[in-house]
Amino acid sequence: MGPKRHGQRVDKIKDFRGTLIRLWKYVSPHRLSLFLTVVSAIIGVILMALAPAIMGRATTELFRPVTEGLGISGIDFSYIRNIILILIALQAGAALFGYAQQFIMAKVSQQVVYSLRKDVDEKVSRLPLKFVDAQTHGELISRFTNDIENISNTLQQGVIQVLTSAVTILAVLVIMLAISPLLTLVSILIVPISGFSMKALVQNSQKYFVRQQRIIGNLNGHIEEMFTGHQIVKAFNHEQASIETFEGINEELFAEGWKAQYFSGIVWPVTHVIGNLGFVAVAVLGGALVANGQIAIGNIQAFIQYNRQLANPIAGVAQIANMIQQSVASAERVFELLDEEEIRPDDASPLKIEAPKGEVVFENVAFGYSEGRPLLKDMNLKAAPGQMVAIVGPTGAGKTTLINLLLRFYEINQGRILIDGIDITRLKRQDLRTLFGMVLQDTWLFNGTIRENIAYGKPDATESDIIQSAKAAHAHHFIQSLPKGYDTVLNEEVSNISQGQKQLLTIARALLHSPQVMILDEATSSVDTRTEKQIQSAMKTLMKGRTSFVIAHRLSTIKEADLILVMKDGSVIEQGNHRELLEKRGFYFELHNSI
Amino acid sequence: MLKLLKGLLPYKWQILLIVSLIGLQASADLMLPYLMSNVVNYGIVNGDLGYILRQGGLMVAIAIGGMASTLTMMYFVSCVSVGFCRDLRQNIFVKVSSLSVHEVDELGTASLITRTTNDITQIQIVLALALRLMVSAPIMIVGAAVMSYRKDASVAAILWVVIPAILVSILAIAFVTMPMFKETQRRLDVVNLVIREKLSGIRVIRVFNKEKDEAARFDRSSHGLAEVSTRANRIMGLMMPLMNLFLNLAIVAVIWFGGQRIASGHLEVGNMMAVIQYFTQLLISLLLLSMVISMVPRAQASAVRIQEILVMQSPLQDPQKPKTLPRHPDVAFENVSLIYGDAQEETLSQVSFTAKSGEITAIIGGTGSGKTTLLNLIPRFFDATGGTVRVGGVDVRDLPQGALREVIGYASQKALLFSGSLKGNLKFGTPGASDDDIEEALRIAQAKDFVSKMPKGIDSHINQGGSNLSGGQKQRLSIARAIIKKPSIYLFDDTFSALDYKTDRVLREGLKEVTRDAAVIIVAQRVSTVQDAHKIIVLEDGRIEDMGTHEELLARCGIYQEIVDSQNQSTQEVE
Repeated sequence: MGPKRHGQRVDKIKDFRGTLIRLWKYVSPHRLSLFLTVVSAIIGVILMALAPAIMGRATTELFRPVTEGLGISGIDFSYIRNIILILIALQAGAALFGYAQQFIMAKVSQQVVYSLRKDVDEKVSRLPLKFVDAQTHGELISRFTNDIENISNTLQQGVIQVLTSAVTILAVLVIMLAISPLLTLVSILIVPISGFSMKALVQNSQKYFVRQQRIIGNLNGHIEEMFTGHQIVKAFNHEQASIETFEGINEELFAEGWKAQYFSGIVWPVTHVIGNLGFVAVAVLGGALVANGQIAIGNIQAFIQYNRQLANPIAGVAQIANMIQQSVASAERVFELLDEEEIRPDDASPLKIEAPKGEVVFENVAFGYSEGRPLLKDMNLKAAPGQMVAIVGPTGAGKTTLINLLLRFYEINQGRILIDGIDITRLKRQDLRTLFGMVLQDTWLFNGTIRENIAYGKPDATESDIIQSAKAAHAHHFIQSLPKGYDTVLNEEVSNISQGQKQLLTIARALLHSPQVMILDEATSSVDTRTEKQIQSAMKTLMKGRTSFVIAHRLSTIKEADLILVMKDGSVIEQGNHRELLEKRGFYFELHNSI
Repeated sequence: MLKLLKGLLPYKWQILLIVSLIGLQASADLMLPYLMSNVVNYGIVNGDLGYILRQGGLMVAIAIGGMASTLTMMYFVSCVSVGFCRDLRQNIFVKVSSLSVHEVDELGTASLITRTTNDITQIQIVLALALRLMVSAPIMIVGAAVMSYRKDASVAAILWVVIPAILVSILAIAFVTMPMFKETQRRLDVVNLVIREKLSGIRVIRVFNKEKDEAARFDRSSHGLAEVSTRANRIMGLMMPLMNLFLNLAIVAVIWFGGQRIASGHLEVGNMMAVIQYFTQLLISLLLLSMVISMVPRAQASAVRIQEILVMQSPLQDPQKPKTLPRHPDVAFENVSLIYGDAQEETLSQVSFTAKSGEITAIIGGTGSGKTTLLNLIPRFFDATGGTVRVGGVDVRDLPQGALREVIGYASQKALLFSGSLKGNLKFGTPGASDDDIEEALRIAQAKDFVSKMPKGIDSHINQGGSNLSGGQKQRLSIARAIIKKPSIYLFDDTFSALDYKTDRVLREGLKEVTRDAAVIIVAQRVSTVQDAHKIIVLEDGRIEDMGTHEELLARCGIYQEIVDSQNQSTQEVE
C-alpha cells in the first residue's frame, strides 16, 4: 500500500530569476526601508570591522615596552584610554545599527507577507471551481501558510544575514589588506576552503533531506491511513501487518535520517575547525613576522578576530543559501497559484433581470468535466416558474453537475442556459447567483453566531426577519433551547449542534435570503425521524411559489414533480413526468419498481 | 520529558562516547589560545622562530585532532538522536494500534498523526542539538573560565559582571517574546480557519455573493497576524546585537584592566590575548546554550503529548486463559449496558437479545439511539460497562481478540478503503483469498459491473480514502471485503445507506446465498432494508423498545410505526 499523495512534491525551482524579480515587486514598495536597512548594515558592519584593528593598537601599545626593551612604565595609558572610549562608541554604534536592521526588516517582511496573503486570498475568490475542486484543501492552505511563512522568515533573517555577510567579508578584507597583505593572503585561503566544504556539505545534506522528506511523506501516509481506518484495521486483524509495514518505513527513515542529520549537523563544527586552522596559521606566521619586527603584535590579535568575523558569515551564507532556495521554491508555488487561469470575466454590458420569475431553460447544453468525456450531450429542459424538477438516479449519478452549471460554477461547452429568457452568461455572476438558494446535504456554516449564520445572505435583516425565518424552518425552537439562543457561537467544526439542526439552519438561511430558484437535496442521512419530518416540512415551505430543483429521494416528491430528470453516471438519460416515464418502461421504470 | 528520556538507556554507551569526544574537542579548543600565548610570550619575545614553528605544528595537530573527534562525535549524535526517535515512533504506533476504537476517536486521528510525526521531529531536532551543546557548552564555559582564571584571576573577574548581564537579558527577552509568539501562533490558527472555511464553503459564499465580506474577514485576521509578528520579531531582533555588544564590551574591559595588570607587571601580553580568546569562546558557548534552552519548552510540549499516548493502557486485554469458539456461533447480549467515560446517561442500558446463526437480525432507531455502539461491542472495539456480550456462548472478553474478529465480517457506516490496488483492499483481511473468491464477492456485492468498467479492473488503483470512487461504490467494495472473509457473523453498520433502493434490494437478496449459516446483524435507517429480517430490534435512547418481525412491530410498536410512516410515502405505495 504505497500512499502516493505525500512527499511527491520535489522542490525544484523552475525559474529562479523570474521568481525573484516577481518577489521584488512585493518588496519594492518598501524600497526606502530596504535602503535604510542596507545603510544600517553597511555602517554597522564597518563599525564592527574597525573594532579589532583599533583594539590591536591597544595591544601593540601594551606590548611596546617589551619590544622596545623599555620598562613597564613606558605604556601610554591615556592613549589606551582613548582607544577604549573609541571602542565602546564603535560597539554601541554597531549594536544600534544592527538592531535598526532587525527593527526595519521586521515590519518590511510582515508587510510583504501580508500583501502576498491578500493577493492569494483575492485570487482564490476569482478561481474557477474547476481548479479549486481539483485541489486538496490542505494543499491550497499550505500555500497560504507554510509557503508564505517560509518567505517571511527568509525576509526577516535572510536579507539581513546576506547583507551583513557580504558587507562584512568586503570590509574585513579591505581592513586586513591595509594591515598586512601577507597575513591577508593566509586568511583568504580559508575562504575558498570553507566555502567549498560548506557547499559540499550543504549539497550532500540536501540530498539526504530530500530522501528523508520523501520517506516521511510515505510514513505520514501510512500512519494517516492506519489511524483513520483503525476500526477496519482491527476488524480485519490487520494490526500486525500494519505494524510490519510501519517498521519497514521507519527503518528506512532511520537509514536516511541519520545521514541528513549528520551532514547538516557538521556544518557548524567544520566551520569552527577551519576557523581554528586559520587561527593557527595567523598565530604562527604572524608570530614569525612579529619576531622579525615586520608587524605589530596588536595586528596579530586583530587578525585572529578578523578570521572569526570571516568564518561566521561564510557558514551563515551556506545555510542561508539553503533557506533562500526553499523560499524561492515557496514563492514559486505561491505565484503559480496567482497565475492560475481565472474565471471568465462578467459580460461587459451585462443584462439584468428586473422582476425575476424563475423560468429555467436548457438549450442543447453539452458539458463534461474533462475533455473527451462528455456528461451531457444536447440536453434540453424547461422549468416554468414555480415548477418542481426532481432529479433521480443511483448514487454518484453526478447531481452536483447541475448545480455547477446553473450557478455558473463551471462553464458549459455548448448550448445555452436561459433564465427568464436571458442567457446566464449575459448576466453578472453576482446577479445570477442572487436568484438561487441552496440547501444541500453538506451544510456549510461558519465559525460565528447562529444569528450571523442565518443572516449570511442578507446582512441587513432585522431581528424579527431572522426569527421569522427560523420559525418557518422549524429551527426557532431548538435555537431557543440553547443557553445563548441566537448568540450561540458555532465552533470551528460546527460540532456543537447536530447534523439535522445544521440543516434546519441552512433552510432558515435560504428562507431569509428568499431567492427565486431553489436547489435542494432531500437526503437527510444521520438525522432522527422527528428532525427529518421537520426538515421535510421546512423544505416544502421553501419550495412554495419558487422554481425548485430537488435531488429527490422520496417517491412522494418524485411523483409530485412537474419534471423528472433521470440521471445515470453523470448524464441525464430520461426526462418527463412520472406517468410518462413509467410508460417508457426504461431505466426509470426499473428504478421505480425496485423500490 | 524525563520519562521519555529513559528511552535513551539503550544508547548509554554511545552517549558516554559522545561525552568523552566532546571533552576531547573542548580541550582542543581550550589548548589553542594557551599555545598561542606561549608563541607570544616565549617565541615572539625571544625572537625564537624554531619555537614558534614547533608550537605552530602542535597547534595544527590539535586543531585536526579536534576536528576528528567532532566528526566522530557527530556520527554518534546523529545515530542516537535519530535512533531514539525511531524507537519512540515505533512505540507510539504499536501503542495506538492496541488502543480501543473509543480512545482513538477521543484523541482524534489528526492529533495522533501530529504526535507521531511533527512532535517527534521536534524532539529529534532538540535532542541532536542538546546532545552536542548541552554537554559541550558547560564544558567550554567552565573550561574557558578556569583557563582565564589561571591566566589572570583579577581580569577574569570581569566574567562575574558579563555572564549575569547576558543571562538576565536572554531571560528578559524570552519572557517578553514567549507570550507574543504564542499569540502569533493563535492568530495563525485564525488565518487558517478563515481560509479553510472559505474553501469548504466556496459555493455558498459565491451563491450569497459574499466574496467581499469574506475578503474583509480574511484581511482582518491576516492584518492581526502581521501586527503581532512584527512586534515579536522586533523584540527578538534585540538578541543578537545585544549579545555582540556584551561580548565586545567584555573584550574592551579585558584590554583596559589587562593593560593595567601588564603595566604593573602581573600579566604578560600573550596571556591577555589568550584571555580574550577564552572570553570569546565562553560567551559564544553561552549564547548557543541559551538557544538550545529556548528550544526546550517546545520540545517539552511535544514530549508531554507523546508521553500522554505512551502511558495509555488499552482497556482491551486478551484473556489469560482464552476459550475457543464453536462453529456457527450465535451472538447474545445479556443485560448489556454502556456508559461512556464520565457521561451522565447510559448510551446503552439493559440490552438483551440473541441473534441466531442463520438468521438476519436488524436494528433500527433514530440517531443517537445507540445502534452503532451496540454493534461495536460484538467485535470488541470496546467493552460494555455492564452485562455480557456472548459469541457462541462465550463472553467476548474470554476470547483472544484476533480469534474473535477472525469470524466476523464487518462493514462500517463510513466505507473506509485504503490506498493501493482494489484487489489489495479486498484481500485486506484475507491475504489468502483466491481470484475466484474475489470474483464471487464482487458479484454478490453488486460491484462487479463498475469494477470491470474500471481501466485496470481489480488491479485498479484506489486513492487514499477511496476518493476516486463514489460513496455507493465504496460501500459495495467494503461489503465485498467482508464477504471474502467468509465469516460466520456479519455486521453491517448502516452499510446500505449510500445505495439506491434497487441496488440495496438486489444486494441483500444476493447476500442470502452466502449468509445461510451465518448470523447477520444489520443496522439501518430505512425500513425497506430491515423489513424482511427474521427479527427487528427497535432501539430508542439506548433501550430496546420492542423486537419482532415487521408485521408484529407494525401492529404493536408505536415508534416503529412512526418510522414507517415517515418513510411510508416512498416505500408502501409500490409494495
